[in-house]
Amino acid sequence: MTETAAVSGASTAADRETVSSAGAVSTLAGAAGTVAGRAGVARAEALAPAMRAICGPADVISDRLELRTYECDGLTSHRTVPALVVLPESAAEVAAVVRTCAQAGVPFVARGSGTGLSGGAVPHAAGVLIVLSRMRRVLEVDPVSRRAVVEPGVTNLAVTQAAAPHGLFYAPDPSSQVVCSVGGNVAENSGGAHCLKHGFTVNHVLGLEIVTPAGELTWLGDGTGVGSGYDLLGAFTGSEGTLGIVTKIIVKLTPAPEAVHLVLAAYDSLEAGGRAVTDIIAAGIVPAAIEMMDALSIEAAEAAVHCGYPEGASAVLLVELDGPAAEAAAELATVRAICADAGAREVRAADDPATRAGIWAGRKSAFAAVGRLSPAYIVQDGVVPRTALGDVLARIAKLSAESGIRVANVFHAGDGNLHPLVLYNDSVPGEAERAEEVSGAILDTCIEYGGSITGEHGVGVDKSKYLPKMFSAADLDTMQLVRCAFDPASLCNPGKIFPTPRLCGEVPGHHRGPQRTAPAGAEIF
Amino acid sequence: MTAEPAVISKALAEACDEVRDGGEGDAGPGPAPTFVAAPGSTEQAAAVLRVAAAHELAVVARGGGSRLGWGSPPSRCDLVIDTSRMSAVLEHAAGDLVARIQAGARMGDVAAVLAQAGQEIAVDVPAGASVGGVVASGLAGPRRLRYGTPRDLLIGITVVRADGVIAKSGGKVVKNVAGYDLGKLFAGSAGTLGLITEATFRLHPLPAARAWVTAEYVAVSVACDAVAAAANSALTASAVELSRAAPAGPIRVGVLLEGSAEGVEARAGRMADLLGPAQVTADRPAWWPDAPGAAAPDETLIRVSFWVSALGWVLDAIESAAVRAGVSAVTEGSAGAGVLYVRVSAPSGPADEAGTGDGAVTGDEAGTGAAAFVAALRGAVAGERGGVVVLAAPAAVHGELAACGGMNGAVPGLALMRSVKDRFDPGHLMAPGRFPETV
Repeated sequence: MTETAAVSGASTAADRETVSSAGAVSTLAGAAGTVAGRAGVARAEALAPAMRAICGPADVISDRLELRTYECDGLTSHRTVPALVVLPESAAEVAAVVRTCAQAGVPFVARGSGTGLSGGAVPHAAGVLIVLSRMRRVLEVDPVSRRAVVEPGVTNLAVTQAAAPHGLFYAPDPSSQVVCSVGGNVAENSGGAHCLKHGFTVNHVLGLEIVTPAGELTWLGDGTGVGSGYDLLGAFTGSEGTLGIVTKIIVKLTPAPEAVHLVLAAYDSLEAGGRAVTDIIAAGIVPAAIEMMDALSIEAAEAAVHCGYPEGASAVLLVELDGPAAEAAAELATVRAICADAGAREVRAADDPATRAGIWAGRKSAFAAVGRLSPAYIVQDGVVPRTALGDVLARIAKLSAESGIRVANVFHAGDGNLHPLVLYNDSVPGEAERAEEVSGAILDTCIEYGGSITGEHGVGVDKSKYLPKMFSAADLDTMQLVRCAFDPASLCNPGKIFPTPRLCGEVPGHHRGPQRTAPAGAEIF
Repeated sequence: MTAEPAVISKALAEACDEVRDGGEGDAGPGPAPTFVAAPGSTEQAAAVLRVAAAHELAVVARGGGSRLGWGSPPSRCDLVIDTSRMSAVLEHAAGDLVARIQAGARMGDVAAVLAQAGQEIAVDVPAGASVGGVVASGLAGPRRLRYGTPRDLLIGITVVRADGVIAKSGGKVVKNVAGYDLGKLFAGSAGTLGLITEATFRLHPLPAARAWVTAEYVAVSVACDAVAAAANSALTASAVELSRAAPAGPIRVGVLLEGSAEGVEARAGRMADLLGPAQVTADRPAWWPDAPGAAAPDETLIRVSFWVSALGWVLDAIESAAVRAGVSAVTEGSAGAGVLYVRVSAPSGPADEAGTGDGAVTGDEAGTGAAAFVAALRGAVAGERGGVVVLAAPAAVHGELAACGGMNGAVPGLALMRSVKDRFDPGHLMAPGRFPETV
């Protein structure tokens, strides 16, 4: 059982049998009042006729071989074949599917494009996987209000494409934006290189139509960004599919920037590049993105896409500035000067889309390119305060030297989000385990410096064991009060995020049936 | 309360080193509390809440006090927890653009500390407002267009639950998706889920320069076009505000630009071209608002939210509702972000002209007109995306609002909200009855 995202060469990945912890699954199923093991699987399979009636026969998959297509998401080290897969085409169908599951006590998991890197969409062996990829209509674009209404299966990039004719774009841009779905982005509160300035998914989602774990359709937020009552929209976003299933999303669109400048600065050390980052922030500039790559990842990127980064550089810093023309030009001059003062051996700048894309290609190819250096590697995702980057990178270098496991560093330097790529050879006995140790030790270091175990990939199944290192039992218990409020039966994506599921039990105190009607103006809370 | 006041008083004194008897006004316009406790730390606050839970005390949290009158007054109040002794900026990591602050700190004092490093919490609130109060009320002023509301700036929170358990979520890094985000839940919760004791914010650099571009319009459609053009332009407006002193009167539109001196100057010129004949000033115009604070005693403060494409229609609806209800209505707010605040005061016309429409409340007492106005406006916007929420109202208006949807009107997701409340505060001891009541 791996603990971190392992992306290995194709031949090895397929052979590597990773078992979803059967014990954990059984325990959960038991806690949720379902039947564990084989009986649970049979119970879920028995829903096939009902699901066919809801979604149509073509949209229900029960063939064992076909089901295997859905056994994992972007984190291929965790695999579980679901009992049943359904592909609903409307919110009403999703609601009916969930109601059917809820009534039968069968767990269900939602899946968008399956690009997640923490196993959030790993199916439940005794459950139904609800795939939302057939709900991919852009329902509305209101350019005057800067809003779009989309279905959950719409890809992230498709939103920007729909907005572009109006001079608008959808700001969150995870690097998988060509394929990842907006529904998945909502579940994971996805970031991207540009969230330093523009914010995360949660800052750009203003309304959600959801199916509750009981199978009811309801709206959270109305697209105005002004809530009445509790901000359940905010609490739902980033809950990794554990509080319900999104069926419509109202997103905020942003005016496209007038000018975009990309600065590339090459350094002889990561420390020097880090100094430039600190000085840029201290100058009161918030760039759209600040990215850094170390020698190993530069070498890999160069070999893969010939991005033409300065030869022999130990660190490459990319700083993107966007905004009104005059503002961006002023910032460009300041950033160029800062980069040079920090000891850059070369500073380049580009404002035309083609040249910028060429420079970005190196950074964007880095994850995949590292595959050339190593048969297998772990993509880690940790965060530290920006000012601790230098210390933490030194610690990572030390961990690497001590263990003999190479680590390539690609990171969002502006917000302290590290993506160390831990390289190993899975044909060497024991090396995968050592790589996992290094990967875990990196997370421990992030926590030690007051950071986080995940900046954008999520906890999922991958990191739940690390969550108690960041939060106390009381913290986790309190978070799970939210879970209990939404999903007391623990049927909605069970076993994710929290290492120890909280038994919700009966709500003490006030009890209200769904039919209760409050007298006008009465006290409700 | 489940014990003699003397017993509870003793228990509170053991929990917290500053406890006194309560009196009128300690909980705002709500019932006077028996006790006021001012804990000096999160741990003391937790001890106080454990006592409150043990004795079933109804608890109201108090920060700066300016918005205590918002929402429905709590139905009961045994204990006020005054956060004013928890007023420290615990950590200001300037290089990380992050600050961790105790809930009782005043925003003005915090701003002074952050300004030393050229930074700010980008939310426009009165200097006397407390950090906890700003988060709990969830309100923001004009710059919400660019920076959002407190929930968008909050990256970590420490709370004490109704049962006295201390819990935190988030942290002190901006980019963080580990665990559920309790900060979102507590932002805007108005003290009904627990007590906020610490908040960590992402900061922004103070802009080197600012400019306000303002114009005045007679025609609603022209004003609306100006608002949309300003908010949708690539000139990156920090705020697009609108102000209309009388329902049929002229409309002022103002745009705030922030950034470098050269950048702001260039953008202000272009924004002025966009708005038509417009003025550019380096000083804040006299009419430029903060986030709304306390309402005047006879005033009803109403928040209207909408999609910006419906702005013209909303302004017309406000006008016709005011005529129908016979009230004077002053409208201002962040039109570019789809929020307007309407201040309605006592009927200006003869009583028999007021509120004769469908579902409108009629009558001739002070405040009746405000409820009629809300009823008419809700009727007009029903079916549209948005809402009409009464933030604060005189006591007489509270009762009358019951007939037209109460303070909040329709609240999507209400069943889930009730469920959350029941989980966090099963005894319904935290500001019981404050929020949100509805039909």
